[in-house]
Amino acid sequence: MFAAATAAIIIAMTLALVRAFAGPSLYDRVLAGNSFGTKTVLLIGLMGFLTGRPDFLDIALLYALINFAATIAILRFFSYRTPKGTPAEPRSAQSGGGEA
Amino acid sequence: MTSYHFNVSPILLVDLSLLTMLLLVAVAMLRSRHLFAVVMLSGIYSLLSAAFFVSLDAVDVAFTEAAVGAGVSTVLMLAGMLLTARREKPLEPRRVPIARLAVFATGAALIYATIDMPAFGDPNAPANSYVGQAYVEETPGDIAVPNIVTAVLASYRGFDTLGETLVIFTAGLAVILLLGVGSARGGREVSDIDEEET
Repeated sequence: MFAAATAAIIIAMTLALVRAFAGPSLYDRVLAGNSFGTKTVLLIGLMGFLTGRPDFLDIALLYALINFAATIAILRFFSYRTPKGTPAEPRSAQSGGGEA
Repeated sequence: MTSYHFNVSPILLVDLSLLTMLLLVAVAMLRSRHLFAVVMLSGIYSLLSAAFFVSLDAVDVAFTEAAVGAGVSTVLMLAGMLLTARREKPLEPRRVPIARLAVFATGAALIYATIDMPAFGDPNAPANSYVGQAYVEETPGDIAVPNIVTAVLASYRGFDTLGETLVIFTAGLAVILLLGVGSARGGREVSDIDEEET
């Protein structure tokens, strides 16, 4: 049961990797990195159950915190700009704050 | 003999797939010229190696790798990238062979060094036999900390850890001074798709 779940998580990690390799835009890569972090948290939790020591669950929780904080920190750097050639999305009021 | 394939432990398969993904990420980082993609991939690389460290039971190393590698250094590299360029310059072709030679020589030397290493978990290995053995035996009596690594870092080598903290604090201060205080709340406009491409 846990082995099947682990296999599914690893397949999902591979898919996130594909998006991180191919992702044309900045946002794709940020999202791939974030979801890869989530998959890592899940994998660490599952590995604890696979080895019969669910103590690792605490560690997985801390990873989730780190992952969240890191994604917020990365996104703080950018006011996301849509690349030329794609239809422009409506901007929210916050995203225009840092523009020169 | 028929059940041989079922004796492969699932953890081994997890390790194998983690290492394969590490290799793929490393190759992708080498081939990419978009610096932003490289920074994100290096964060993913850190997360993968942290998961691998957990599977090797080195939980404290995994913590450090996830916090420093995936968190702090990603942000620092982004801040540095925003100060310079968003794309890597193309290589000068005549410098490629020297760099490749240096990389392969170092890699071969490292692989050669692993031949001398003791087997994984060998009780007679130097790391496990002399001081390590003493730590394992003495820690429960000396310090009431269940994790021996924590006891070594925070108590037996307390002054050493204090010095390390000072060094890291100084390095952090220097980096903040170099990058500028305002860079952290910049929100500068950046994209990894160049104008001439589109």
